[in-house]
Amino acid sequence: MPTPTKGPRLGGGPAHERLILANLSTALFEHGRITTTETKAKRLRPLAERLITFAKRGDLHARRRVLTVVRDKGVVHTLFTEIAPAMAERNGGYTRITRVGTRKGDNAPMAVIELITEPVSPKQAVVREAAKATEKAAKKPAKAKAAPVEDVVEDAPVEDAPAEDAPAAEAEEKKEA
Amino acid sequence: MAVPKRKMSRSNTRARRSQWKTTAATLTTCPACKADKLSHTACPTCGTYKGRQYAQAVKPVFAG
Repeated sequence: MPTPTKGPRLGGGPAHERLILANLSTALFEHGRITTTETKAKRLRPLAERLITFAKRGDLHARRRVLTVVRDKGVVHTLFTEIAPAMAERNGGYTRITRVGTRKGDNAPMAVIELITEPVSPKQAVVREAAKATEKAAKKPAKAKAAPVEDVVEDAPVEDAPAEDAPAAEAEEKKEA
Repeated sequence: MAVPKRKMSRSNTRARRSQWKTTAATLTTCPACKADKLSHTACPTCGTYKGRQYAQAVKPVFAG
């Protein structure tokens, strides 16, 4: 039995639903930020993120698979040449949904779905920097294997030092920028 | 098809409808402009949410 689609069904039939989602994703990649109902935004998010993953792969096969959803070649081009490189650092979570109140007329809850343009959070950058620093520190004692065992034990607290310094140095750089 | 035997009195109708109640929405204060707003939603007064700006959220003000 196939897994049911997560979220509510849209439109008058499966073809209509595919069209709605295709048009929404085209608009999202064209404008970067669109306002729609919360339900449509929630259905659009997984599709749009899958398309960005295809775009990050970047080969012809991926491009043809994206073109089956987004029919506009110009939009697909911007997706592959501009959006995908911008998302290179990011591992999923390419879009953000923010609720923006209700629509006048039918009181439908509206939301803004947007491509995340900010760099990956500074916290993650700090973590990566710290991981690198500890790796470097771990390599140094490995080189100095010839040294007595006692020295390695003494080195242990020193290993932590560069890891702590790295985020602090990064924070200072950010203040300057 | 089963149908009601008797007309329902206005009194009974109104007694039933007296249970249709609404509750006040729980509001929070916008950290940017101090106005009331729904939680987890961009502020309808200033349009900010977690420091980001959403112009779509701002309620239009009609003159007159």
